[in-house]
Amino acid sequence: MSAKTDVMEASEQKADPRWRSVEKTMRQHGYHANGLIETLHAVQEAYGCLDEEALRRIAAELRVALSHVYGVATFYNYFTMAPPGRHTCVVCMGTACYIKGAGEIMERISKEFNVAPEETSDDGNLSLLSARCIGCCGQAPALVVDGEIWGGLSADEVIERLRRVLNDA
Amino acid sequence: MNATSVRIVTLKIDDRELSAREDRTILEVARENQLDIPTLCHLDGLSSSGACRLCLVEITGIRRLLPACVTTVGEGMEVYTNTPRIQHYRKLILELLFSERNHVCSVCVSNGQCELQELARKLGVDHVHYPYLMPELPVDASNPRFVVDHNRCILCGRCTRACDEIEGAHTWDMRGRGIETRVITDFSDPWGASSTCTGCGKCVHVCPTGALSEKGRSVAEMVKHKHFMPYLTLMRKEQS
Amino acid sequence: MTPEELHDLCTQEQEAAEQYPHHLYVCSSDPKSILAKDLRQEIKKRDKEKTICVHEVGFMGLGAEEPIVRVEPQQVYYQRVGAEDIDALFDSLDSGKSIERLACETLPELLKHQRLVVLDKNDRINPNRIEDYIACGGYQALMRALTEQSPAQVLEEITQSGLRGRGGAGFPTGLKWNLVAKAQGEKKYVVCNADEGDPGAFMDRMILECNPHRVLEGMLLAGYAVGASQGYIYIRAEYPLAIKRLRLAIKQAQRLGLLGHRIGEVGFDFNIELRLGAGAFVCGEETALLGSIAGRRGTPRPRPPYPAERGLWNAPTLINNVETFANIAPIMKHGSAWFANIGTEKSKGTKVFALAGRVTYTGLVEVPMGVPLRDIIFKLGGGIPNHCEFKAVQTGGPSGGCIPAEHLDISVDYDSLAQVGSIMGSGGMIIMDETSCMVDVAKFFMAFCCEESCGKCIPCRVGTSQMYHILQRITNGQGTLYDLELLEELCDVMQNTSLCGLGQTAPNPLLSTLRFFRHEYLAHILDKQCPAKVCKIHKVMEAVS
Ligand SMILES: Cc1cc2nc3c(=O)[nH]c(=O)nc-3n(C[C@H](O)[C@H](O)[C@H](O)COP(=O)(O)O)c2cc1C
Ligand code: SF4
Ligand code: FES
Ligand code: FES
Repeated sequence: MSAKTDVMEASEQKADPRWRSVEKTMRQHGYHANGLIETLHAVQEAYGCLDEEALRRIAAELRVALSHVYGVATFYNYFTMAPPGRHTCVVCMGTACYIKGAGEIMERISKEFNVAPEETSDDGNLSLLSARCIGCCGQAPALVVDGEIWGGLSADEVIERLRRVLNDA
Repeated sequence: MNATSVRIVTLKIDDRELSAREDRTILEVARENQLDIPTLCHLDGLSSSGACRLCLVEITGIRRLLPACVTTVGEGMEVYTNTPRIQHYRKLILELLFSERNHVCSVCVSNGQCELQELARKLGVDHVHYPYLMPELPVDASNPRFVVDHNRCILCGRCTRACDEIEGAHTWDMRGRGIETRVITDFSDPWGASSTCTGCGKCVHVCPTGALSEKGRSVAEMVKHKHFMPYLTLMRKEQS
Repeated sequence: MTPEELHDLCTQEQEAAEQYPHHLYVCSSDPKSILAKDLRQEIKKRDKEKTICVHEVGFMGLGAEEPIVRVEPQQVYYQRVGAEDIDALFDSLDSGKSIERLACETLPELLKHQRLVVLDKNDRINPNRIEDYIACGGYQALMRALTEQSPAQVLEEITQSGLRGRGGAGFPTGLKWNLVAKAQGEKKYVVCNADEGDPGAFMDRMILECNPHRVLEGMLLAGYAVGASQGYIYIRAEYPLAIKRLRLAIKQAQRLGLLGHRIGEVGFDFNIELRLGAGAFVCGEETALLGSIAGRRGTPRPRPPYPAERGLWNAPTLINNVETFANIAPIMKHGSAWFANIGTEKSKGTKVFALAGRVTYTGLVEVPMGVPLRDIIFKLGGGIPNHCEFKAVQTGGPSGGCIPAEHLDISVDYDSLAQVGSIMGSGGMIIMDETSCMVDVAKFFMAFCCEESCGKCIPCRVGTSQMYHILQRITNGQGTLYDLELLEELCDVMQNTSLCGLGQTAPNPLLSTLRFFRHEYLAHILDKQCPAKVCKIHKVMEAVS
């Protein structure tokens, strides 16, 4: 890669509005390595996932090793490197939800919409994820669909509502 | 730290009366007095992480077993390094390690030179009664001089510490967690593509098993030199 | 802000509230609920802005029947109030006659059996208004401590109260504070553990969502007592609403001079920052948590040295749980003797429990330590729905155990729970009936620990994986009696040699099911049957024989 394209890419990234919020977070933490996890949160929020280019950039800006950034990014479950689908469905697999049949719901969704748990369907329409208790155990079994909490539904009801959500867009 | 502020304590290790500076670890004091405590993740010259649990010792009055490599001595401490209870656990821990990945010595470059193998011999682990988990892990031979065989890695973290603390490159780290943990170079890139690796080879020499080795070695040929580590640490300290 | 200014603000708020003859307290944990907004609109329409005041509160005590409206001063509760009920509601205020069809009888009944210390006043505080907390006497304990008490006096008060940590292990809080106060160090830190990783517990979330200021005040008092000027709250990223409310609460406290520089106009500085977790249960372990705050992988390190000596950036650090901090202001306000009077001899105060699973009323309850387990499940939880039979209650999450029916009469305190092989833990209670298979439950927790193991130490990393595979064999109908021996041996190695609490306690759910429900294991192994019909046992074996 020539120096010229390097500069071009850097300025392109600078102009990227998504990068700006990441930069803001790093600034808030004084460009200190301590702020790495907060910065990763900012990346995921802005880019929808941990974008590789952004991570390499962060490593340089915070002066931490690439392997360190990668190590941290993959240690925590909340972070993902794969871009999410148009819709996301997070099935809670915490104890309360498990006791109330979350396993079956997961299985049904996976079968019905042809998407493996923790993955995105081939058409990019649905990401099926799991979580370890989202703190809504009172409403078990609980799901989060596009940021909205669905509680206390049977597997059939979930499938039906989810189908409507997916067909909408 | 001011040298005068360090106290000298007396303690007993395996019923021997000893005295030592209070900032020394049980392991250091034991070894200075020719008492052997098995270790795997610890290496003189590197920081200690207390990860492998092989150096666990019994201390009178403390119910929990504590790792000798990171526990500092104390006044009046009574330490036992080789009770039947500890021997039992050390064997089981080693068995667990053997069951985790693929450690078939007969085809390993480190056969006969391997610390894991040597420990198993010393502790009398002659068979593994846990089912082998045996994941099939990759071998990365992209580096022109070295090879990493993840099947033989025991995640002791020596390579990561040597690379970070001595070489200052921090090329190595770990990715993932739990049983999925792997050592990585850079952005989990192939070692050969690493932009930070200086090719110094320290990681290879501190690796206790055949996970990291020099290219072109055949079975039982990989001899490792680790005695330079404390020397390097010392030199670094003197300079700074 | 000075103590006088705080006092003035408090009376001002109270007087403003007294202007209204009617108050409607609205509770809905659904962030999308617009009931309060609708009510306000109607008030405007009816020109009653001077007589009726609407308050949105975080938590009333009965999630299942929300939205709930409490009418004051009559103390009448209405449940499942919808837009269509608004007219009737206003008419009843005019007529003075309550609406029978909406009446909520369960909630007052449930509240009768509870004792609120940590959740106290949550049914009248709008979590978004610091003024509401102040009107209920909030921050007065802090002001009094700053102006009238020495740090040593605060330490003494907390020690005398007998408060023990609510994060799991039950370590005496006063003792911990004293250690940090005595530790040498120019800078010290106070950390609030809001990682709440136990899957099936949500007390800390509710405390933070309903009354974040109570936790802030507790941290401030801690900071004053141990000599720290910086606090961190390590909170799960999975709790966006709690994070939002905490951020707002911190801003409001800063605005009023209750956080920041020269608090109370005495020489006490204290700031609080949030740090977000990122989905790792092990980060609830204190040394892992500290690593995570510093931006690293959340792998624990051996203790000693304990964080009280060497914590964040090697400085003495106090780490307490959310609920522990929420107990501090009430103790300082009412005195240690008052607190020590609640609960049992060795477990003082109250405990908040999160009931979930197969009970009629899921949600939070707060009871004095020492109440019988049976009462919590059958009185406060309303028993098992659908005429099913109680089978077991799981307490303490992945570090706890399953308690069978024969032990339902034990008193709920740290020591009694330990005696039946469980722990108090953070306060999650999952109630199970005959539809749950205990081997499957043990497998569930082992899968959890296996996935959450940090991977640093061998016994936990490999042990959890081995045990999970063995349990999988058993639930598939391919287990042997030798497998049970292997499991017990693995439990023993892990308990005794793992580096941190995760590995040391991961065997607990398994051991407690082996102890109380061994017959279910045997049914899977010998009869190739799952009594609860949960496990899909392959009948291959039969076909062969
Ligand atoms: C694996 C593991 C997970 C833990 N998770 C939490 C947690 O989510 N919240 C918490 O407050 N304490 C948790 N703890 C306990 C903390 O390490 C620590 O003891 C506690 O926060 C101290 O506060 P306390 O004295 O107020 O209880 C956990 C411990 C372990 C070993
Ligand atoms: S016990 Fe488990 S979580 Fe704790 S250090 Fe060991 S591997 Fe990590
Ligand atoms: S277990 Fe699903 S929300 Fe808690
Ligand atoms: S040598 Fe001490 S824990 Fe590994």
